[in-house]
This record gives sequence, structure tokens and C-alpha cells, in this order.
Amino acid sequence: MSLLIALAYLVAAVLFILGLRQLSSPKGARNGNFTAAAGMVIAIGATIPLLHFTRAGLVIIGIGVAIGAVVGTFGARMVKMTAIPQMVALFNGVGGGAAALVAVSELLTFGAHPALSQALPSVFSIVIGSISFAGSMIAFAKLQELVTGTPITYPGQQLVNGLIAVAILGFVIAVIAVASVPFSFIALMVLALVLGVAFVLPIGGADMPVVISLLNAFTGLAVAASGFTLNNFALIVAGTLVGASGSLLTKLMSDAMGRSLGNVLFGAFGQVKTGPAAAAGKEGRSVRAGSAEDLATLLAYSRRVIIVPGYGLAVAQAQHAVRELAELLEKRGVEVSYAIHPVAGRMPGHMNVLLAEANVPYEQLKEMDEINDEFKDADVALVVGANDVVNPAARSSPGSPIYGMPILNADQAKNIVFMKRSMRPGFAGIDNDLLYDPKTIMFFGDAKDSLTKLVNAVKAA
Amino acid sequence: MNNELLNEFTFFILAIFVGIEVISKVPTILHTPLMSGTNAIHGIILVGAIVIAAGANSPLTIALGLVAVILATTNVVGGFVVTDRMLEMFKGRQAAKPPASK
Repeated sequence: MSLLIALAYLVAAVLFILGLRQLSSPKGARNGNFTAAAGMVIAIGATIPLLHFTRAGLVIIGIGVAIGAVVGTFGARMVKMTAIPQMVALFNGVGGGAAALVAVSELLTFGAHPALSQALPSVFSIVIGSISFAGSMIAFAKLQELVTGTPITYPGQQLVNGLIAVAILGFVIAVIAVASVPFSFIALMVLALVLGVAFVLPIGGADMPVVISLLNAFTGLAVAASGFTLNNFALIVAGTLVGASGSLLTKLMSDAMGRSLGNVLFGAFGQVKTGPAAAAGKEGRSVRAGSAEDLATLLAYSRRVIIVPGYGLAVAQAQHAVRELAELLEKRGVEVSYAIHPVAGRMPGHMNVLLAEANVPYEQLKEMDEINDEFKDADVALVVGANDVVNPAARSSPGSPIYGMPILNADQAKNIVFMKRSMRPGFAGIDNDLLYDPKTIMFFGDAKDSLTKLVNAVKAA
Repeated sequence: MNNELLNEFTFFILAIFVGIEVISKVPTILHTPLMSGTNAIHGIILVGAIVIAAGANSPLTIALGLVAVILATTNVVGGFVVTDRMLEMFKGRQAAKPPASK
């Protein structure tokens, strides 16, 4: 490696780190993304002059970059904000696939008996990259609802997955210790793809963000491993940065759900006992439903309203309607804030992105720890399309699958208004006692329609 | 060679610490853009894809190189563009733009 290219990679690495750091403040975040992109351009630009291109090589790089750039730009521009999580899964998956293919290509050039320092990272990259690719595709399919979001399980599943893992280990040893032949590492890739699918299928749709984050870290590590194979510092540093930060982010995300990562990955919601608390309530309890006019009066004459947005709001594309309602109320002197649960939406921060899209000022967005003590002073907690994140069972029923998950204290507000399409339980499939609370008023319907009705009623109030 | 491996390993270990340190300061509200941003950064695999594609000289290596470059470019470009789209929205209060036409 020449001095110049080493320096360019150093600059790129610094830009990646600075970019990540700028991402830590809402104001600098966008620049952070540009900084990282600049690092990427430098790293790629510095690599090219040193290569000896075959004619075919030049052509496929030209075609490949053109196709990838068009697909990437088109996909990223066209995707609806609600579909961002699956888009991230997709972009992550293709990165993992690329890392695996790079490692395969390198192994092909090493001959039958590569040095351990080349063979080990190569097989690691093939296995992890392929798992990330296949797993991300399943995560995408689940979030896009091409595949059911409920965990797919069958008897002996753990055993089958275990056997695939053992077979992978066998081929890893074969490639390293016996002979590195195409059959072995192609088999390795196929088995790892199967394991990626088998690994994600039994995980519920609600847990996909954690899975995507984990697979994001996996891809980072696969890229770093490819860097060891190619002796390329840029790949090692950038891949490792992503591997490390992605692992931490994964942990933060499962912490926010009050569960261990192991529980998310292997203890599918369905297997947790349903417990007496969850089963007890269903029949014979009545709920109170209100009209738009009732609610408008309640809201318009409140002093403090806390809005709790959930995924239902996102699906109904109601973020603009909710902002309109909030502005109307503010004009009437009502203090309005939004309580954002760490896992509201489908990913940490997802709800913030959606509300920001509707120009809700982020000073009004309060994180859970910040706002939980304020609920008891609020006149109304307006829950729009959220359910599990305000379910008191998480506090009180050890038998409930969500027991221990930190929740928003919406139940402490003087009035609770639930905007829901039906009495159907939320994503986790658990009944919510709060719906039956005497303080609670239900307002049934699509979140956007309901909010529009409410906006008109408040204007009239 | 051994020396180079040791160098690489040093970078690897240091990058682990830097990665964790840098991320631990990011507020929850930026987790989605952050995940998306780091996702774009591992698109650096495009450098690797270009390196292997450059020397392609047989149908197999051409096919591998082409697919690797396509996938890696999609990762880089899609990753940065989608992150930018998300961050574009963190602008605080300002003149309301017309409701998004979705």
C-alpha cells in the first residue's frame, strides 16, 4: 500500500468518525451524513488509481456502479417514511451480500492452501455476510408484510438451526484445514444463507428493528473481515466502527423494550406464557366511547395535553393531521407536547422522523424519561394509534409478555383518550387494561379520519 | 507480513473502542438516522468490490465482481440518500411547507 493511499484512508476514517459524532445532535446530523459521504468518496477515489484494470473489470465496474447508483437513489427517494425500516434492512442486506462475494472472489485467487490469516477472515466474511443478506431479506419481507409478522415456528426448530450451524462449522474447518476449494465455500455460503432465513423467521415483526440493527453490526464485521482478507485498512476501520456501534445500538434497543437480546432473538413472544392477567380481562367489560364534539370540548378546555403517537398514526399517515390539531390547541392556549416511547413506531427514533416530516418542532418531542413525571399533571393523554407502550400490564402483571418493559405513564393523566381502529390488541397481541379504565374515552376509527373530525370539532368549539 | 497483520489488528481493536465511544452520545431520537448512517458507512465494501472486480478475467470472476459492485453501490448510495432524507426533516419550527403529497 502506497503512502498516499494510506493517508487517504486515514482521512476517510477520520471523516467517518467525525460524521458519526455529528450525528449525535439534531442540528449537526445532516452535516454528519455529508461528512461520512465525503469520507466514502475519498476512500473510493484513492483506491482506483492504484488498480490494474482488465478491460472486463473496467466495464463491469462502470455498469455495476451505474446500476447500483440508480437502484439506491430510486429506492431511497421513493420509499414512504413509514417504510424506512425495511429499506434500511434492504440496504444493509446488499452490503452483507457484497462482503460475502468479495471474500469468495479472494478465496478463489488464494489457491487450495491459503494462509490462516487469509482463510479465517474470508470464511468469516462469507458466513456472516450471507447470514446478514438472507436475514435482512426476511426482515424486509416481514415488515413489508410479504411474510407474516408473527413468529414462524415448528417443532425441533432449534435443533434444525443448530445442525445447520454445526454443518457451517464443519465446512469452515474444511476450508481452513483441508483444502480451500470452490465446492466448500459455495456450500458454506448456501448454508449461511439458509441459517440467515431460519434465524429470522421465528422472530416476531415487532422485534425486527432489533434484528435489523444486529444484522447491521454483522455486515460491519463482515466488511471488516473482508478488509483483513484484502489487507485494506479502510475496510477494517469502517467495518469495525459499524460493527461496534451497531452492537451497542442493538443493546440499547432491546434495553428500551425491557428485554435481553437473547430473549428477543430466541424467546419469541409466542413462547412466553400468556399468564392469567392477559387472559382474564377479555369478556364482559365495557368501554366508554365518545363523539368528536365531546372530545373537542375536553381538549379545547384543557391546560395540558400530552399526545402519545404510535405506529397506527404512522400507517394512517396522520402526522400532518396531528400537528394541525396540536397547533389549533396551542392557539387556544393549551400546552401541547408529544411523549415519544423509545420503541414508538417500528424503530427507536422512527416516530421522531415521522413527526419531523410533518414539521412538528422537535422541542415539543419529549422522551420517555423526560415526560413520564408530567403525565399526572396533564389533563388529557391523547393516545393516537399506540397501545403496548401505554399498557400498564408491563408494570403490574408479571405473567404478561411485556412485563418489565418501560412504559409511558399515560394512565396517570386525568383523562385518557384512545384513538384506535378497533379493540384489537396491539402489535404484541396483548389486551390492554387501560382501554377499560373509567378515565378512558375511546374514539374509534382510522387515525387520520378521527383527527380530521377532531380538528373540525375543535375549530367549532 | 506479520507486522502488517499486527498493524491491522491494532486498527481493528482501536476502531471497536472508537465505535462504541462515538455512539454512546447519540440521543434516542436520532437512532434511526444513526442506524441508517452506519449502514451507509459499511458500504465501504464497495472499495473491496472494486478491487476484486478490477482484476476480473474469467466468466466466474466477472459475474462475482459485477454482482458485488452492484450490491455495494446500492448499499452506499441508498444508505446515504435515505439517511439524508430522514435528516432533512430535523429542522425545527419554520414556515410550514405544504402538506407532503403522499
